[in-house]
Amino acid sequence: MKEAMQRLREASIRAILESNDTEDLESLRVKYLGKKGELTAILRQMGKLSAEERPAMGQLANQLRSDIEESIERRCAELSEAMLAMKLEREAVDVTMPGREPQLGHKHPMYNVLDQIKDIFIGMGFEIVDGPEVELADYNFTKLNIDEGHPSREWTDTFYFTEDSRILLRTQTSPMQIHAMEAKELPIRMIAPGRVYRKDEVDATHSPMFHQIEGMVIDKGVTMADLKATLNLVVEKIYGKGTVTRFRPHHFPFTEPSCEMDIQCHKCGGKGCPTCKGEGWIEVLGAGMVHPKVLAGCGIDPDVYSGWAFGMGLERLAMGEYKITDLRLIFENDVRFLEQF
Amino acid sequence: MKLSRKWLNEFVDLPLDEVDDKAFAEAMTVSGSKVEVTEDLSATIRNVKVGRILSLDKHPDSDHMFITKIDVGEAEPVQIVTGAWNVHVGDLVPVALHDSLLPTGAKITRGKLRGVLSDGMLCSLKELELTTHDYAYAGIEAAAILGDYHPIDPLKPSISPFIKAGERIYGKVVAAAVENVESAGVNRFRCELDLGGGARETYTACQNLHRGDLVAYNTAEDRICSLADLHAEQREFPHCIEDGIFILHEDVQPGDDMAVLLGRDDHVVEFEITPNRPDCLCMIGLAREAAVTFGRDLKLHEPVVQAKAGGDIREHAKIIVEEPELCPRYIGRMVRNVKIAPSPAWMRERIRNAGMRPINNLVDITNYVMLEYGQPMHAFDFSCVKDGEIHVRCAKEGETIRTLDGTERKLNPSMLCICDTDKPVGVAGVMGGENSEIVGDTAMVLFECANFNGTSIRRTATALGMRTDASSRYEKGLDPENTYRAVQRACELVEMLGAGEVVDGIIDVYPGKKAQTTVKLEPEKINALLGTQIGEETMRKILLDLGFTLEGDTIYVPTWRGDVEHYSDIAEEVARFYGYNEIPVQFTGAISTCGGFTEEQQCERLIGQTCRSLGLDEIITYSFISPSYYDKIRMPKDSPLRDSLRILNPLGEDTSIMRTTILPSMLEILNRNYNYRNKRAALYEIGRIYRKREDGLADEPKIVSLGAYGAGMDFFTLKGWVEALLDSLGAAKPRFVQERENPSYHPGRCARVYVGDTYVGVLGQIHPAVAGNYGVDAELYCAELSFDALYAVKGALPVYKPLPRFPAVTRDIAVVCDRDIPVGDLTACIRKSGGKYLEECTLFDVYTGHHIAEGMKSVAFSLTMRAEDQTLTDEHAEETVKRVLLALEQNYRAVMR
Repeated sequence: MKEAMQRLREASIRAILESNDTEDLESLRVKYLGKKGELTAILRQMGKLSAEERPAMGQLANQLRSDIEESIERRCAELSEAMLAMKLEREAVDVTMPGREPQLGHKHPMYNVLDQIKDIFIGMGFEIVDGPEVELADYNFTKLNIDEGHPSREWTDTFYFTEDSRILLRTQTSPMQIHAMEAKELPIRMIAPGRVYRKDEVDATHSPMFHQIEGMVIDKGVTMADLKATLNLVVEKIYGKGTVTRFRPHHFPFTEPSCEMDIQCHKCGGKGCPTCKGEGWIEVLGAGMVHPKVLAGCGIDPDVYSGWAFGMGLERLAMGEYKITDLRLIFENDVRFLEQF
Repeated sequence: MKLSRKWLNEFVDLPLDEVDDKAFAEAMTVSGSKVEVTEDLSATIRNVKVGRILSLDKHPDSDHMFITKIDVGEAEPVQIVTGAWNVHVGDLVPVALHDSLLPTGAKITRGKLRGVLSDGMLCSLKELELTTHDYAYAGIEAAAILGDYHPIDPLKPSISPFIKAGERIYGKVVAAAVENVESAGVNRFRCELDLGGGARETYTACQNLHRGDLVAYNTAEDRICSLADLHAEQREFPHCIEDGIFILHEDVQPGDDMAVLLGRDDHVVEFEITPNRPDCLCMIGLAREAAVTFGRDLKLHEPVVQAKAGGDIREHAKIIVEEPELCPRYIGRMVRNVKIAPSPAWMRERIRNAGMRPINNLVDITNYVMLEYGQPMHAFDFSCVKDGEIHVRCAKEGETIRTLDGTERKLNPSMLCICDTDKPVGVAGVMGGENSEIVGDTAMVLFECANFNGTSIRRTATALGMRTDASSRYEKGLDPENTYRAVQRACELVEMLGAGEVVDGIIDVYPGKKAQTTVKLEPEKINALLGTQIGEETMRKILLDLGFTLEGDTIYVPTWRGDVEHYSDIAEEVARFYGYNEIPVQFTGAISTCGGFTEEQQCERLIGQTCRSLGLDEIITYSFISPSYYDKIRMPKDSPLRDSLRILNPLGEDTSIMRTTILPSMLEILNRNYNYRNKRAALYEIGRIYRKREDGLADEPKIVSLGAYGAGMDFFTLKGWVEALLDSLGAAKPRFVQERENPSYHPGRCARVYVGDTYVGVLGQIHPAVAGNYGVDAELYCAELSFDALYAVKGALPVYKPLPRFPAVTRDIAVVCDRDIPVGDLTACIRKSGGKYLEECTLFDVYTGHHIAEGMKSVAFSLTMRAEDQTLTDEHAEETVKRVLLALEQNYRAVMR
């Protein structure tokens, strides 16, 4: 009997190792371990054994059963692993083939830049205000200390709706300073981006419609030092930490003192190159202390409150940021352009 | 404004070797005078020397070139081959040596001309970027040299090729051989001629003669003939041209640097002067700024006029200012026995380096004074001023004037003119008239030195399309006090240059004298504005240096500083020279505002974000359109939307009205992309439209405009976008109503969208006729949604609903009904009748055709049912389906298929 079991062990393990799929293994399990299987057949002869022999034989038989079972399990695991490997091999793809392109929408590049600026100012406690583009000359000029004979009022420069030059398309976002001062509670910290219009023929650097961002702070004790600190910070956020700036005197009728702010050319570091037209500096915005006359005109006591304001062109900023060489591209809205940003 | 550094040194000691261009530009810019460019004029000319011609020989292999030996101040003379014929031994000429650079940009190197070595080039005026205005004596006259004669028809020459000295050419003109030529003054030559036996001595201005030449000589007039005298064409004498080398008649030596002679040993700084500082549009103004910037003395000169001629201007002239508002001051002075001549080299050089052209002494003096003092002047030929009266008045209707540039100008009554008793002789502050121009024989000159209203001058100059050096200064508003000094300076220069005799007396009509402006010095206010702690003494020093005067704390503003009238202006003056970049960088205390986006702004951002997540690209379009665009979108003729705000002075028809609808803007961009052969475009814009208001201004509501074409685009894609947009805002379920009346859209593929009772907008396929108007033969889809409506229907914050705990049961049903019944109605009916277990009802098929009767359609829905508190049984589901089917049948006669 012992020999029979030994033969069964050898035959079964060989068969199991030679099996090639799980079905084979299943039939081997039936053949060796099933109710009518070979091991059962051997065990049926246990009755013929003496009482002393039985426990040892029983133990041997149980050992054999568990060994066969284990072999089947192991082989089964091996086989399924191999089959999985084959399946994965069949499923392999050419990873260099292009991905399926989702249809992403794009923000207009200029509004990318605008949103960046809005975020910077929001972070500094500013709000964003919006106002009319069809505007009174009073707001666009007079209340901004721009007198009757000023060249920017000419019909060759400004678009008008009425013969008496009373209603026009705003030529700057600066009237938003007046609207804010007239309507808002003090203190004010605001920016006002928007469309402005001037009578310029379309070319690579001009457009009859373009965008400006106005900014203004009115509070007690606001100084030119505060203007410099705030705008320096803004410029660092836009152009990167450590951007060198320069303020130089300029003239705007509604600010006094007035200034323009330059950044040192990032291309040449101030030595002078084509990007900065040899000057070493690039002009970024105009600013100044709100003219006390303008404050007073809006019913704000210039002896108690002071303020500063700035204005910058959005197109030029965006063109600089993205190296866009022709302003017309901005308003052309070719999807091949829009989808680059 | 161009500033010569060499000239500047006359007023402020700022030598170039001490303050180079870069340092000068930087300092001036940060003190308020912005430098645009600096140019080193000496870098534009190199290695061009004065040379003296030692010998002149015919080139052995050329019929028109000479080989010269020239002394250029070196041990050995140089050899230069030239094609010019106006040179003679002993002449001083500009020589561009080997490796030289000319102002034209040309580089000259040693080379061979027909086999003969040439060490450089002799220069003409043109090659030095000069004209006869710069050197009047350098004009060239050319004799017709018979050896250069090339008959137009070789078979029929007018002059025999075998002609010999003494033989007649025609009339009194005979051929003559030049025996000798020698200089007899500037452009004057003594010639010995051989007339074929008889010798003759004659003088000529022609510069191209040399011993051995055969010329045409008019025996009656004793004159060597030019081409004009012979009525010959240039091509008949190709080398006898009125061009040649610039023969120098200057006090120079061989070897002298031409750059110095031409005043190109200078650096020119170009400034961008802000319109509030017309006082800086001149040497003195900029010198004052430079002096304060660099802390140096300003050296000013007080002009002195001798007026030795005596007399009195009042005996000759009368000046009447009829428009005192437009002409606050008019000064006249007179010069007699005028001798028109070129102005001296130093003056021409300064005028040239300032970017102007020298003309003659009188005109140059007026320009020089303008550059020096910033005060434009004019000189009239007084003999042309009828009755000796100057009337400053506005032009009369129909009057015209031919201005100095030779153009006939139509004047109108808004234009201020300088007139005599019957006609304009100048357009005030813009340009003089040709009728009173200074010419060679002008004997009596009236200097005008006036102050005009800036706006008036600007408008006149613009209307006439002629912005001149004078008008561009006047238009900024000049200082009337400056006129006196300027006219005195002009008269001083007349005397200095010997250009005439100044008549005594001044006519000074000054109706517009203003009181001097005063401002209180308030140092603490200035420091409070700037955020600085500048001492009062520093402030006072800056102001005094700038020409302000102080009495106690009263600041007297100098008359040339019309821009200063307020303490904030004083603050700017102080800040400019204290240094803008010295002002501290310091935040003012705590931020006392909260900031942030408003709810409306957040809504707008959300809409943009949703559009982009739907794959739409953002566009920006012009707010103005052409009125014809309303026809293009088939807007009815009587539509109130055609009543747009109209720009009275548009750039063109295409940008002449403010859009009342955003559709044309979107269509234009779709069309453009289509024309660019872009396969698809899906675009959005949040843009304004402009609706006329009673008060003349506009309501400017924002419209969310969507537009698309290309593969995958159909009505339902567009509708899906609109639904998604509303969904992202948390709006209630929208309602879509078929819109057949909107003429811009396809009548069968257009819908109005509502949320509750709020009309949100319209969407659909663009009418093919409209697409056709834009030249597009593809399907275009657009939506126009009111931002205000979207904002109004925006839902509150979503509230969490517990996720379902029990499984759903689905049943599909298909019903057949009349083809005209909208699916929306069926869906609504199902929703209404489904009862509490019906969770969702989704359309999954609409079918017509085979097996379905004519006029009918099959519509299939998938119904999802669920209970909150139990697993639904089949019975529950069947009951719901039964109820739905019954309702469909009763309401729409839709029966199960």
